[in-house]
Amino acid sequence: MNEMILKFPARSENEVFARNAVAAFALPLEPSLSELSDVKTAVSEAVTNCIVHGYRGKGGGWITLTCRTEGDALTVEVSDEGRGIADIGMALEPFFTTAPSEERSGMGFTIMQTFMTDFRVESEEGAGTKVTMTKRFGQGQANVG
Amino acid sequence: MNLQWSRRGEDLYLYLSGELDEHSVSDVRARADRLIDENAGLSRAVFNLAGLKFMDSTGIGFLIGRYKRLKRYGMGMYLAHPEAGADKILALSGLYSIMPKIQE
Repeated sequence: MNEMILKFPARSENEVFARNAVAAFALPLEPSLSELSDVKTAVSEAVTNCIVHGYRGKGGGWITLTCRTEGDALTVEVSDEGRGIADIGMALEPFFTTAPSEERSGMGFTIMQTFMTDFRVESEEGAGTKVTMTKRFGQGQANVG
Repeated sequence: MNLQWSRRGEDLYLYLSGELDEHSVSDVRARADRLIDENAGLSRAVFNLAGLKFMDSTGIGFLIGRYKRLKRYGMGMYLAHPEAGADKILALSGLYSIMPKIQE
């Protein structure tokens, strides 16, 4: 078992840092390239959500990213102290977005759910949102790492 | 993000490379739109994604936005050579039904 906690400002330039940090942390579990790509994409979605939705109109804030490996599984928590989600059921609907004018696809949560083995979102309006997702490695094709 | 382009006959080719996310999208969006405007009247635009090493759902929004712009000019849009990660997102989102994947 190993753990990591990262805390960084909710700025879009940190998206590339966050997804690559998680990928590097997961390497000892010998994920396949495709599994690693899934994890990076899901982390990028979660961090982007904090930036463009969680702290929308709030002038910034902090994102906390916690990673844990246990056996063949990586668990990632991404949380903000932003606006929260008014209707989680609606937010999870594919193609639903609160910001269509910005070319948002509304596919972020769908991608997280599809690309990770387990996915959960908890949110409180005015307090923040936490996404918890787990990827179990070695479930699909043979590892190449 | 890098964007290169070429024009062959009635086709505009756009070559995307680098990592496409919320941070990098605005610059490439502006450049792609300028190219599309300058080449309005051609029959189609082909986005070559071979050099795209990473893309999240920001890429879906980006591609749909360009699709709508091209449609206003009566131009079709096609995608070529996505890497496995991008291909998975494009298939999941159903984008290939409006901008088909081609081998050129």
